[in-house]
Amino acid sequence: MSQTISAHVSDQNHGHVDQEGLKTLGFWIFLVTDCLLFATFFAAYAVLRTHTEGGFSAKDFNVPNFIIETFILLTSSFTSGLAVLSMHKGNKKGLIRWLIITLLLGAAFVGLEVKEFADLAAEGATISRSAFLTSFFALVGTHGAHVTFGIFWMIGILFQLSKRGITPVTTRKVSLVSLYWHFLDAVWIFILTVVYLMGVM
Amino acid sequence: MDNSHFFVTGDPMIYGADVSIILVSLAIIIYLTYFKKWGWLWREWITTVDHKKIGIMYLLSSLLMLFRGGVDAVLMRIQLAVPNSHFLASEHYNEIFTTHGTIMILFMAMPFMFALFNMVVPLQIGARDVAYPFLNAVSFWLFFLGAMLLNISFVIGGSPNAGWLSYAPLSENDFSPGPGQNFWIWGIQISGIGSLMTGINFVVTILKMRTPTMRLRDMPLFSWSVLASSIAILGVFPIFTATLAMLTIDRLLGGHFFTMTGGGNPMMWVNLIWMWGHPEVYIVVLPAFGVFSEIVATFSKKRIFGYASMVFSMIAISIVSYYTWVHHFFTMGAGANVNIVFAICTMIIAIPTGVKVFNWLFTMYRGRIRITQPMLWFMAFVPCFLVGGATGVMLAAAPADYQYHNSYFLIAHFHQVLIGGVVFGYLAGMYYWFPKIFGIKLNERLGKWAFWTWQIGFYVCFMPQYALGFMGMTRRMYTYNSTMGWDMGWAPLNMISTVGAFLMGIGFIFQVWQILYSIKHGERDVTGDAWDGRTLEWSIPSPPPVYNFAILPVVKGRDAWWYQKQEMQKGSYQKEAVKYEPIHMPNNSGIPFLMAVCFFIAGFGFTFEWWWMGIAGLIGVFITLFARSFQYNTDHFISVEEIERTENALRNHGSIHRTAN
Repeated sequence: MSQTISAHVSDQNHGHVDQEGLKTLGFWIFLVTDCLLFATFFAAYAVLRTHTEGGFSAKDFNVPNFIIETFILLTSSFTSGLAVLSMHKGNKKGLIRWLIITLLLGAAFVGLEVKEFADLAAEGATISRSAFLTSFFALVGTHGAHVTFGIFWMIGILFQLSKRGITPVTTRKVSLVSLYWHFLDAVWIFILTVVYLMGVM
Repeated sequence: MDNSHFFVTGDPMIYGADVSIILVSLAIIIYLTYFKKWGWLWREWITTVDHKKIGIMYLLSSLLMLFRGGVDAVLMRIQLAVPNSHFLASEHYNEIFTTHGTIMILFMAMPFMFALFNMVVPLQIGARDVAYPFLNAVSFWLFFLGAMLLNISFVIGGSPNAGWLSYAPLSENDFSPGPGQNFWIWGIQISGIGSLMTGINFVVTILKMRTPTMRLRDMPLFSWSVLASSIAILGVFPIFTATLAMLTIDRLLGGHFFTMTGGGNPMMWVNLIWMWGHPEVYIVVLPAFGVFSEIVATFSKKRIFGYASMVFSMIAISIVSYYTWVHHFFTMGAGANVNIVFAICTMIIAIPTGVKVFNWLFTMYRGRIRITQPMLWFMAFVPCFLVGGATGVMLAAAPADYQYHNSYFLIAHFHQVLIGGVVFGYLAGMYYWFPKIFGIKLNERLGKWAFWTWQIGFYVCFMPQYALGFMGMTRRMYTYNSTMGWDMGWAPLNMISTVGAFLMGIGFIFQVWQILYSIKHGERDVTGDAWDGRTLEWSIPSPPPVYNFAILPVVKGRDAWWYQKQEMQKGSYQKEAVKYEPIHMPNNSGIPFLMAVCFFIAGFGFTFEWWWMGIAGLIGVFITLFARSFQYNTDHFISVEEIERTENALRNHGSIHRTAN
């Protein structure tokens, strides 16, 4: 029913607005605001970075762990791009396959991050140990929460894709989730640079 | 956390509130059940996605919150009326000034502003709804249940008492244990998310939903002000969300963002909260400027003077407003150079604001002025805002501010700009667009009584506070000593100020009376064009049909409706043959309400640190998000026959044949 409506709207366009295009624009604006949200956490981190209270400091991050995390997340961004390419070719199977790979990589990333956090906590480097750690857990944790949300979102879209195939509505949804995924990737690059690399340097 | 005091006890006023809350709730439930209105409430209001109805709900809630915040104000003024007063317990006094500020800005001014956004913008730009009607409903319900979460704090758990911006470290666990502070965090966090969504919604609505022939440079100035204000919302509400999240982390997880120990930095809270807080006051005042631009043009029967400079000023204000936050704490010790930058930016804002005031006055110059209720409020606004702006520039001078800082001089200043600018503006807007939304003009006689009691009350209340500030009285002071002899100290001026507060309260009662009276006996507007208006919202019937415009209007320039009327009078207007087409409209949905209820549950749970409840609420939020994602049948078409039926019924009703559509 709704697919017919969407098709109808984009075909006719008698002063009717292109609903899917409208939603895409809104999502771009949302991403701008999300960017500012991260910017605020980055600012807090920049202020509190050195306030380690003699405990765990940014020099002590586990290098292999965050390098592996980075590679996994970057690869998942690449695979989500492949998913969109399959979608544009009309290849539903390829789309679903690449999306599943993307979300598995995302889950691996989140798993590694949880492990990192658990290891830190086991060392006594908990969120309440110092202002540095509070801002670190808040910034990286907010990113991780975003990735987790993205995974659930993708699962939802996978069900819709398998039921409805590639329609204007599902196309828009896949494009948005992939946009979101790339955005999280970009944020991670900043986290990698500002938090981890500048930390261990 | 100690939850042994779940219900607030010990204060007779609170018991009174408990009883009245229970009685009112019972009355509402009995009314709805007896008249079998539950279905009506659900179908017509709770699930609605119609921007006009959402606007009405925003208006009602903001008037309700104006009442609550006003009661707080009057209680504070009673406490301060005489020296050594113990009318309120000191703790209770702290709670009341905290909730007064929070409610007035976030739960009165913001929803009043969103009411005007929703009621007016789509009608003014020739749109059938906002860009995201579903999201619009989500925004409303998040605001409403966020506001309710803060409001129940005074009977359950205890109210916040660390000031309306809850400066750290006072707002941290060490100094404010208990649920009160958490109520503040979650109440405004939830409604803040709604505000951010509204910002996105109206930016896209204005950029993308205008009737195809309306160019941005022909768009009415109120819509421009909404755009400027929404852009400022996008810029600062994410900071607000993040900052509140940080305080949550400190309080709930033992973090050290703003604590005195563990390397935290309390001044970071003050900076972050004002990075949101200062633009916030421009966010609420810009739409008030927009309202005045419409009113002055309409009631002077002239095009607005200096349209382009009006637009430029608003955009300038919304951008420069990002660079003024430090003026709230020049005393932080950031150094002279930093203070100079922020002092100058603050003063610069006075320039575009001055441009706007001059433009309004030049619009009136040689206009055919009609003194109607909206115009009265405009004429009250000009001198009031002038003085408020001038004292603002005084405060902006950093060295002098070391003296004024936190004194009653500041209190008088910001009430003068927030009441004189924002409240007068929104009330003017309410009087102006009331006939459009409800089809009823508000009674003039009662309106004038309300107007004059408000005005006299305002000056009697706040002018003495400037003097009190110079005399050294600081804000949030619980009580003060009486002095002997000729020097009577602060007592006489405080007593005068309290009298003024009561007068404003009486003004508000007049307005409630006026609205109720007018609903029953007020003059009905059957023309759709109650004020001989200039912009598109006056070209359709009042109240407008659900789809607003049966045919999207054609706009040939600024003040489109005015020039169309001119053409029609001259007889040169070519009426095109009416050919309706099916109209695409969104379906109603209960999901926004349910989502907000889940947010409320989550907020309530985290407030009492009941993790199970907080997490259950958040899971509920995700379930509603998923439910929406899987919903494909989200819109419908209104058939041509139905449009014809509606239009005929509406237009045969009165003398509306002048309309073009």
